[in-house]
Amino acid sequence: MKRIIIATVQDRGGVLNRITGMLNRRQFNIESISVGASDVRGISKMTFVVEVSDKQKLEQLTKQLNKQIDVIKVLDVTDKAIVTRELALVKVVATNQTRAEIMTLISAFRADVIDISKDSLTIQVTGKPEKVDALISLLRPYGIKDLTKTGLTAFPRGYQPEQGYSELNSVSAHG
Amino acid sequence: MKVNANQEVEVKSNLVTGSDLLVQALEKAGVEVVFGYPGGAVLPIYDALHRNDTSFKHVLSRHEQGSIHAAEGYARVSGKPGVVIATSGPGATNLITGITDAMMDSIPLVVFTGQVAEQVIGTDAFQEADMIGITTPVTKYNYQVNNIADLPRIVNEAFHIATTGRPGPVVIDIPKSISETVTINDYEDDFYLPGYQPTVYPNPMQISKITDELSKAERPVLLAGAGILLSGATEELKQFVNNWEIPVVTTLLGLGSYPGGDNLSLGMGGMHGTYTANTAIYESDLLINIGARFDDRLTGNLQHFAPNAKVAHIDIDPAEIGKNVKTAIPIVADAKQALNVLLQQEVNRGDYTKWLDKLKGNQKKYPLWYDRGDNPISPQWLIEQIHEKSNGEAVVTTDVGQHQMWAAQFYPFKNPDNWVTSGGLGTMGFGFPAAIGAQIAKPDHLVISLVGDGGFQMTLQELAILKSQNLPVKVVILNNDALGMVRQWQETFYEKRYSHSLFSENPDFVKLAESYGIKGMRVSDEKDVPEALEEAFSYDGPVVIDCRIDRDTCVYPMIAPGKGMHEMIGVTK
Ligand SMILES: Cc1ncc(C[n+]2csc(CCOP(=O)(O)OP(=O)(O)O)c2C)c(N)n1
Ligand SMILES: [Mg+2]
Repeated sequence: MKRIIIATVQDRGGVLNRITGMLNRRQFNIESISVGASDVRGISKMTFVVEVSDKQKLEQLTKQLNKQIDVIKVLDVTDKAIVTRELALVKVVATNQTRAEIMTLISAFRADVIDISKDSLTIQVTGKPEKVDALISLLRPYGIKDLTKTGLTAFPRGYQPEQGYSELNSVSAHG
Repeated sequence: MKVNANQEVEVKSNLVTGSDLLVQALEKAGVEVVFGYPGGAVLPIYDALHRNDTSFKHVLSRHEQGSIHAAEGYARVSGKPGVVIATSGPGATNLITGITDAMMDSIPLVVFTGQVAEQVIGTDAFQEADMIGITTPVTKYNYQVNNIADLPRIVNEAFHIATTGRPGPVVIDIPKSISETVTINDYEDDFYLPGYQPTVYPNPMQISKITDELSKAERPVLLAGAGILLSGATEELKQFVNNWEIPVVTTLLGLGSYPGGDNLSLGMGGMHGTYTANTAIYESDLLINIGARFDDRLTGNLQHFAPNAKVAHIDIDPAEIGKNVKTAIPIVADAKQALNVLLQQEVNRGDYTKWLDKLKGNQKKYPLWYDRGDNPISPQWLIEQIHEKSNGEAVVTTDVGQHQMWAAQFYPFKNPDNWVTSGGLGTMGFGFPAAIGAQIAKPDHLVISLVGDGGFQMTLQELAILKSQNLPVKVVILNNDALGMVRQWQETFYEKRYSHSLFSENPDFVKLAESYGIKGMRVSDEKDVPEALEEAFSYDGPVVIDCRIDRDTCVYPMIAPGKGMHEMIGVTK
């Protein structure tokens, strides 16, 4: 099963290395990681998309993350009301014949053209991973010259229907 | 401007080097002894050791691996963190085995490695090795000091991390440019670790679940691990076990957490554990694990591990709970705190009479056994003799192999913290230097190092420390002219194809000891053993005894790899 996990970490030397090394060593399957600053200085957020086989493996993953000295909090937000975003840059082949067509296509996705050259367009698209992937597959027939994705970043919504999201920190601490 | 003379003196005395700050921080941490080896990148640190009248002593080894295993032995016996200093590059990489060993067996260490100067880090400078990269997977935490102002805080923090929660090794990598920098002497060492707040006190609701289950159980077993020793909870365990009359199985590293040979002790569990201990776990309906991590050498094939038991697991490391064995009652806590709360519960035990009778019967019917020769010496009998001649009170360190298992089987420990062995990593070369650290921790105690002829040759150069520090360690070589444990597996699982496991020549260990200025002895005949041991144990100084044991003896009983706890072989003659 695919899970989205957010770790709040103290920004110390080698923290990313430490965490990815641990995940790799313990054979966790990571699809993407994105790292960014939080609103507090010295605190970063890491968003992981992981593929785990079962609940026990998921529990191990969150416990091993929590065990890291630099990790302050671990949240599994998969089942919560969340906002997820990803950004992709796509350089696509564009000729005089296709340029206008591509422009129309991407405007439906509220994507932007950020660079134009004689034979290509560079497009920036932001949104849920499904939306980003949908645009990429529509652009593919024109010929994609280059593509880069940031990986997923996520946020629990302010309003959570029913109970709030569980904090795995306290779950694991008290068994 | 005229400078006031007093002021000038004050300004000067407030200027120190990074190395002096390090020495101060070690003193502040209450360090008694540092195990180390000098080299280029730590020359400023060694100069500070020379310059300052330090409150701790420094023990010079002959190989950095010797330093770190000695530090482990010291930590294991004293309960205090072991401290190591090595130079950059090869000095630091020589420590890796010991760091990994300490990580696996939860031994608190603070390890200082020198590093090349900051200006040349990353240029493949002479004796540069990326110690942060190399040690990240095998340390609880590590640091490179990049700002001298951080040094006192980092050292303070490192000791805190190494010794609290689940103990482990912490590495501090210090560039030479930091250790030789001249600086002011007024940095703070307070720290804040929001991500590191180990849970020490148990959830009382969970604790009462254990006693509820105990009231209902018919076949309970308690598994006692090293966590009990690390938290100093042996008295609490004894009381709890006796209040409830629960039979106790001990792990290899947990030996001594409950008195071996006691009425409720079933002995060690696992691959070479007793038949009674292993079948007790297999048949149990309630298994209470305190401070053990369900290592595969204990559990055997997980599919057959305690198939009918409800499992309760008390551990300070939440990640160990449910990692290998499905756990019905998880409790994150320090063992001592958990036992204290367990002791407050009303004792309302189920009826275990039939169970205890059955286990007693098994112990009678299937005791540990061995064949008795007389020349060469039977190794198990030799361990029994060593037990007798040391009143069961010695600190015993072992290396890794057959002799280690025989020691675990035939030297019952009545007291905690007298047993030092490499469990998780199974590090040959550990036993002898560990005894050096143990003897430094307990200078007046009889310390016996049981080693194989193979493993002893991995770190025997530390005989030089026995001499220079005049440490009365008794090194007993169980000499079978073989890598005995490898030979045993080849005999059992590879149709006696003894590929590179038999030594055709060993050094003359007596002459070897003598060349270090140490008393050397040899025994080959059983009738000479008692007297030789008495002589060695009462001798005022270090002794090396070369005991010629039988090469063909195997360690039994055994759970073969891939088998379950109920499938032991070699249970009877
Ligand atoms: C550093 C290291 N290398 C290899 C091994 C694999 N190994 C385990 S036991 C053993 C044989 C040990 O022989 P010896 O020290 O003579 O002890 P014995 O088994 O004969 O008692 C070996 C090679 C190990 N545990 N550690
Ligand atoms: Mg041997």
